[in-house]
Amino acid sequence: MRPVLIRGGRVIDPSRNTDEMADVYLENGRVGAVGRDIGSPDEALILDAAGKIVSPGLIDLHVHLREPGQEELETVATGAMAAAAGGFSAVCAMPNTDPVTDNQAAIGFIVSQAARAGKSRVYPLGAISLGQRGQQLAEFGELVGAGAVAVSDDGKPVVSSHLMRTALEYARTFGIPVADHCEDPTLSAGGAMHEGIVSTRLGLKGIPAAAEEIMVARDILLAEHTGGHIHLCHMSTRGSVELIRRAKEKGIRVTAEACPHHFTLTHDACEGYNTNAKMNPPLRDPEDREAIRQGLRDGVIDAICTDHAPHHYDAKEREFDDAPNGIIGLETALGLAITELVEPGLLTLAGLIDRMSTVPARIFNLAGGTLAPGAPADVLVADPNIRWTVEPTEFFSKSRNTPFAGRRLIGRADVTVVGGQVVFERAGGGGSTGR
Amino acid sequence: MTTPSLGKDLVGLEPLSPEQIQLILDTAEPFKEVSERAIKKVPALRGKTIVNLFFEASTRTRISFEFAEKRLSADTVNVAAAGSSVSKGETLVDTAKNLEAMRIDMVVIRHGASGAAQFLGQRIRSNVINAGDGKHEHPTQGLLDMLTLRDRFKRIKGLKIAICGDILHSRVARSNIWGLTKLGAEVGVCGPASLLPRNVEDLGVTILPRIEDAIQWADALNILRLQLERMEGGFFPSLREYNRVFGVTNERLSRAPKDLLILHPGPMNRGVEIDSDVADGPHSVILPQVTNGVAVRMAVLYLLAGGSPEWAHSGAEER
Repeated sequence: MRPVLIRGGRVIDPSRNTDEMADVYLENGRVGAVGRDIGSPDEALILDAAGKIVSPGLIDLHVHLREPGQEELETVATGAMAAAAGGFSAVCAMPNTDPVTDNQAAIGFIVSQAARAGKSRVYPLGAISLGQRGQQLAEFGELVGAGAVAVSDDGKPVVSSHLMRTALEYARTFGIPVADHCEDPTLSAGGAMHEGIVSTRLGLKGIPAAAEEIMVARDILLAEHTGGHIHLCHMSTRGSVELIRRAKEKGIRVTAEACPHHFTLTHDACEGYNTNAKMNPPLRDPEDREAIRQGLRDGVIDAICTDHAPHHYDAKEREFDDAPNGIIGLETALGLAITELVEPGLLTLAGLIDRMSTVPARIFNLAGGTLAPGAPADVLVADPNIRWTVEPTEFFSKSRNTPFAGRRLIGRADVTVVGGQVVFERAGGGGSTGR
Repeated sequence: MTTPSLGKDLVGLEPLSPEQIQLILDTAEPFKEVSERAIKKVPALRGKTIVNLFFEASTRTRISFEFAEKRLSADTVNVAAAGSSVSKGETLVDTAKNLEAMRIDMVVIRHGASGAAQFLGQRIRSNVINAGDGKHEHPTQGLLDMLTLRDRFKRIKGLKIAICGDILHSRVARSNIWGLTKLGAEVGVCGPASLLPRNVEDLGVTILPRIEDAIQWADALNILRLQLERMEGGFFPSLREYNRVFGVTNERLSRAPKDLLILHPGPMNRGVEIDSDVADGPHSVILPQVTNGVAVRMAVLYLLAGGSPEWAHSGAEER
C-alpha cells in the first residue's frame, strides 16, 4: 500500500487534545507519525493540506443504508461513497433493513458488502428484538460475533419497558450500548410533524415533544436500574436535553446524539407542506433547536449523527400525511455543523471534530476518532472556510431528499482516507500532487 | 383603485388579504339573485370545463359547487374517488396530470389530506379550489359563514363569533378563524381542551373554556359538527356527556345577555352539539348558510376564471 503524506495542514486531534500545524504520515493503513517536516519515501502520495484542517475521519453513529431490501434508494456501496464524500470514514448502519439485521447472516452481509465497496467503513447495528417486533430479544452474542457494534430497534420505539430492561442488562455481557429511538407510539400515532403552532395552522396531526421525552425518561431510569449503557438516538427536544443533563449529573450511563437538521431547522420548514422537512423525530420549535445547540456545546449531547434516510422522489412527491419520514444527511452534515455551530461560536473546530469523530468512536467503541500513531489511518482533510451551495444532483447518495437544496454552507470535506486509502478526493479541492 | 385579484387558486383564507375576502363577499351579492330566478343561469363560465374531484364523501358541498358551476353555465364532471383510478392506487400527482392533459379549466378538490389542494395547485396550470382538505381549510365554507353573518349584522368588523366544538380536527374552524379575524371580528373557540389544537391562541383567538362562557361572550355561535369517530379516538367520553357539558340548548341560550345568531356548517347531530329547538329556532341561519353557499361558490369560480366584479353585477342581470 502506498504511503500517504498529508502536508502543511492544521491538524486537529481531540483524542490527544492537539490543534497544530503539522504533517500527517500514513503507512501500512495506520497513522505513522504526526509532526513537522516529516520526510517520506519517494513513492508516497503527497496531499497538500495548506489552508485545510486534517483530523480523524468523521464517524456517524446513525445512518440507514437501505440494503438489503430497498436497493433502489441506497446501497451499502452508494451510502459508503456518500459518507466518504461527506468526510465520514465510518458510519453505523441501522437494522431496519428488509430483512432486519437480527441474525448473524444479515450482519455478515452488511460487513461483506462494505468490504466489497471499499469506501468508508460500515459498522452494522443488530436489532434489539427479532424482526424489530418488540417481543423477543435477538441473539446479541451472535450479532456481535458477526460484527455488530451496538443494538437498536431504530425506526421503531421499544414499547415494552420489560424488553428495554432486559436488552440493557443482556447487552452488558458484550459491552455494547443499546441505542433507542425514543417515541411513545400512543402519543405519536398518526402524527406528521411537531405538535405546535405550525401543525395547528397546517391542520396536520402533531407529535408532541412529550412523546420523545417520556421514553427518554424511561430509558434513563432503566439504565440507572440496570447499569447498562443507553444511547439515545436523534434527540430533538429541550425536555430531552434537560433529562439527559440531570442523568449525567447523577452518573447514569447515558450518551446521546443529535442531527444537523434538528440544530438547523424548525417546524417552520414544513410550511407549504414541504415533505423534505418531514422526518421522525420531527423538526421542533425554536426553543428546542436552541436547546439542542446548547446541549452540543455543553456536551450534554455527545455526538452529531445524520440519521441519513434515503427516500425516492416519488415517495416524497405526496400528500404530507402520506410521505415517508426522513432526509439524507451524509453530504451536508459537516457543512451544516460548521455553519450552524462553529461560525456562531458554539463549538470550536476541535470541539466539532470531537462531537463528530472522537466521541462517537468512544460511544460505540470503534477504532478511529484519533490520529495517535498506530491508529487506523482514517483521516479527513477539509476546507473549513469554503463557501458552497448544496446541489442535490451532485450527491453520491442515490437519493435526493434533502430540505437543504440551494442552501449556502461553509466548510466541506476535500479528502477522506480510510485505512490509508484515499476513498474520496474532491475534484478541484486541492489534494494530491506528484513529486 | 386597482381591484385585487384572487390569484390562480383558492386553497384557503389564510393567504388572502382582507381586500380579497371582501371582494369575494361583494361579488357573491349579485349572484344570490340568480338562484332566485325562474331560469337560474347566467353565461359567465360558458365553455369552461370544471372537474369536481372528491376524494371524500360529501353531499352538501359537492352539490353546492355543482349548482354554482351549472348556474354559471360551465361544463362539469364529477369524479368520486371510489369510482376513479385513485382506487387503483394512482397518486394524486398522476391524477392531476391526467386531468390537466384533458385541458380542463378548473378543479374543485375535496381530499382527506391537509395540503392536498395546495399540492395540486402547484402542479397543474388549471385553477384549483379547495373544497376541504383534511384538517386544514374549507375556505368556501368560511366565506359562506361570513356572508351569512354580514347579511344579518350588516358588518363583520367588531362582531364576536364563538366557534364551538371540535376545533382540533376542523377545517371549517380554521377557515372561519382566518377569514373573520382578517375582517376585524373577534373570534372565540369553545370546546373540551382535548379538542383544541395546540397554541391555537396564537392564531389570535380567545379560548372560551365552557359553552356558558361562549354564550355570555358572543354575538353568534358557529357550532361545528362533532364527528362520532372522535369518541372512539378517546378525545371525549360520550355523546351524552358532550351534550350535557357542551350542547347548545335553548335553556343555555336563555341565559345569554342577547339573542345569539346560530350557525352550523352541517350535517347536524341533533341532540349532540345542537338541540333541535335551537337548530329550528328563530335565530338559526343554518338554511340561509346553505343558500349563501351557492352564491359564494359562484363568486369564487367567477373571480378565479378572471371575471371582474363590475361584470358580475351587470353579467348577473338578464340581458
